[in-house]
Amino acid sequence: MSLKSSILYLENVNVSFDGFRALRDLSLTVKPGEMRAIIGPNGAGKTTMMDVITGKTKPDNGRVLFDETVNLTRLDEAEIASLGIGRKFQKPTVFENHTVWDNLVLALKSGRRAWDTLFHITGAKDRKEIEDILEITRLTRVKDEVSANLSHGQKQWLEIGMLLAQDPKLLLVDEPVAGMTDAETEETARLLRDIAQRHSVVVVEHDMTFVRDLDVQVTVLHEGSAIAEGTLDYVSADERVIEVYLGR
Amino acid sequence: MTLKLIQGGFDRRTAIFLGLLFLIVVGVSVLSLGTDADSPLHVSSYSVALLGKYLCYALLALSVDLVWGFCGVLSLGHAAFFALGGYAMGMYLMRQIGTRGVYGDPILPDFMVFLNYKELPWFWYGFDQFWFAALMVIVVPGVLAFVFGWFAFRSRVTGVYLSIITQALTFALMLAFFRNDMGFGGNNGLTDFKEILGFDVQADSTRVGLLVASAVALALGFIICKALVNSKFGKVLIAVRDAESRTRFLGYRPENYKLLVWTLSACMAGVAGALYVPQVGIINPSEFTPANSIEVVIWVAVGGRGTLVGATVGAIIVNFGKTLFTGILPEFWLFALGGLFIAVTLFLPKGIVGTYDDWKAKRRASKDAAAPQPQEGD
Repeated sequence: MSLKSSILYLENVNVSFDGFRALRDLSLTVKPGEMRAIIGPNGAGKTTMMDVITGKTKPDNGRVLFDETVNLTRLDEAEIASLGIGRKFQKPTVFENHTVWDNLVLALKSGRRAWDTLFHITGAKDRKEIEDILEITRLTRVKDEVSANLSHGQKQWLEIGMLLAQDPKLLLVDEPVAGMTDAETEETARLLRDIAQRHSVVVVEHDMTFVRDLDVQVTVLHEGSAIAEGTLDYVSADERVIEVYLGR
Repeated sequence: MTLKLIQGGFDRRTAIFLGLLFLIVVGVSVLSLGTDADSPLHVSSYSVALLGKYLCYALLALSVDLVWGFCGVLSLGHAAFFALGGYAMGMYLMRQIGTRGVYGDPILPDFMVFLNYKELPWFWYGFDQFWFAALMVIVVPGVLAFVFGWFAFRSRVTGVYLSIITQALTFALMLAFFRNDMGFGGNNGLTDFKEILGFDVQADSTRVGLLVASAVALALGFIICKALVNSKFGKVLIAVRDAESRTRFLGYRPENYKLLVWTLSACMAGVAGALYVPQVGIINPSEFTPANSIEVVIWVAVGGRGTLVGATVGAIIVNFGKTLFTGILPEFWLFALGGLFIAVTLFLPKGIVGTYDDWKAKRRASKDAAAPQPQEGD
């Protein structure tokens, strides 16, 4: 593990809530352009890790660096998002009262200050970009639909589309296929592999078939620390991983 | 860019709203000034002032709808900003009285002479000038709202806690303004106005002028709100209302957005209060009563939260009802108001305009289903 040439670097990160240690000495390195899958049983600390990276939770100690130099523990959510770290939540959270199109307009990389948005005009270039994203996420047909009316899978895709619109350097994707049908899951794996060609991605997921579909390096989290790392086949053969997943 | 912003504000509903407002105000003005007092078409100056009062309430409701309907900030203290704007105007009107007061002091208003003030308190300086008072009408509520909002939104105080603090704000101001040594006339407030900009406040023509000014302020406020909520800024506001933390992860700072609309809204409420005072002829601390702020929220809820037009419609309908009711059965008004609030919550949760919109959308949807080509426009 090295800090050099990393897009995301976590070293000995600890987080505890009222005595419960959600993360214990968690270390993790993601290289630029890499897609990494994080697996682990419930309560392993996957979501807390995402919260630490995106500034929602401040770690008790440890280092969290983005792009080798930026100390994420000092920044808040908005600053981290502006740096180029996008997050997709476990439960799809799109802006329900906005149309699919407007959701993407809000996510699109452009001024975030109140003043910028007051006089903002969605130009031809922006429109082209949104149309492309709609195409990629297969939402063109429903672009004028209020997003509350979308199916669960469509909401997941819209959220991934919003991530794309942000054009972040690093995407954090929390359980993208939870509640999806098999066909949708397969489709989502394709979408993420496609995205990973141009971005660094960290995917948290329970679904083993999906992780196998992604075909990337896997980190196994257990009780707040990384216990194994490697290909899915490699970690599946690991004694401790088997123990954690199958119980003692 | 600004042009685009203004154009964004002009949809069909805005046109209808502004058109109706224009027709009513012109009609009432003509019928008030252009007819004899004994003509059956004559509109009394009492009615003119009443309508003007309703329009001020409508502007106040609009300002509450902007923060509550579009930004999710339920203010139960907007009457405070309204009253502060009213006081700023009242101070100007007091200083216009001059030697015509009971005590005839050229500088000190009557209540100060009565309370043995030797000289004018410093914060009354400048209020003999209309431009200064007009500026303060916007600046005082604006600055208070900015400071309040700065702390509240930055500490991420939201929901019911924020509402309670706004109630405390208006309550604290009420207690302060009730004190005689505050220098604002204590519980009697400011009254006995004579002139505004050199015109007799009692004259029919002045009342019509104030009505027109209220209508213009309401129209301007409406256009500003509409342009704001139709812009990308407005989309961010709605996003903040529905999923605040999500907007943070997109890189927006919800506190800044809230602060901006909150302050703007307070300024609008201040203007409404300033136009209200010369039309009712008095401003006193009871305007700060917490119940007043809650009543404004009821107007907005009745008309339809988050629709802008609904806020103005609600304000006018409820206040018209209040006028009728307090004329016939004064002791039952509060029961009626409470009943109205419960009835709207139960049967029209989206208010009058919101329910109408739903009904229209449903009708269009069934029409679309019958004839499958997409409908353009509106």
